[in-house]
Amino acid sequence: MIRLPLVLFFSAALFSTGVYGVLARRNAVLVLMSIELMLNAVNVNLVAFSQFWHDVTGQVFALFVIAVAAAEVGIGLAIVILIYRNRETINVDEVNLLKW
Amino acid sequence: MTGQEYAFAVLALVGTVSAIRLVTAKNVVHAALYLVVTLSVVGGVYLLLAAEFVGWVQILIYVGAIVILFLFGLMLTRAPIGREALDNQQRGIAFLIGLGVLGGLVFLIQGAFSWSGPRLRPSVGTTAELGQSLFRQWVLPFEAVSFLLLAALIGAVVLSRRDDRP
Repeated sequence: MIRLPLVLFFSAALFSTGVYGVLARRNAVLVLMSIELMLNAVNVNLVAFSQFWHDVTGQVFALFVIAVAAAEVGIGLAIVILIYRNRETINVDEVNLLKW
Repeated sequence: MTGQEYAFAVLALVGTVSAIRLVTAKNVVHAALYLVVTLSVVGGVYLLLAAEFVGWVQILIYVGAIVILFLFGLMLTRAPIGREALDNQQRGIAFLIGLGVLGGLVFLIQGAFSWSGPRLRPSVGTTAELGQSLFRQWVLPFEAVSFLLLAALIGAVVLSRRDDRP
């Protein structure tokens, strides 16, 4: 019997760590890793509330989030590799082609 | 505190520390390995919450596939070492924003549930229940997600293949 707030605090810690990582990192692969951290925090919340309400729908939604995260990482890394091939860098602050 | 809560506290501590090490690591490969630890801990939390199917899917998909994808991404690009090469100049602001997000979330959570809040009595989460729900109620979103995965796969192949013809 785990207290619900404990799980929520863990998820909040993971999420804010991910926010810090997205904002502070300049390597695109590390930014993607931090995004994974935030998605995992959301999944922990979904599973916890699914057990709180005794409803399995939250876990189904967590599965959907995992599938979409996998698609996102695949596309994201393909774009990163493409950028590296063209620009010789994957630092997100140096890729400013679309910035006016 | 119950035994489950002690186990959860240990898992949460390990997960939080390795998440912090992940965003502060000086070496990208170390960051990927800390990601493995964090994702495994989250999988352990799912198992502790009796969500067995989601737990094993987490281990299979995240630890098994996504981390490997990340390692390939790191191998195919140049991976410099050092915080200056990996972090940008806004580290202080980012830290403040992260702290603000954490503070806001903790404030909201402890406002919604008291510290000795409701206890979870895990009751659902077997593979059979999940399969019933997935293929009876949510079969259309399931097909949409599978189509999305197919599109992402084709998109990744198209994006990353080298086209030598003019």
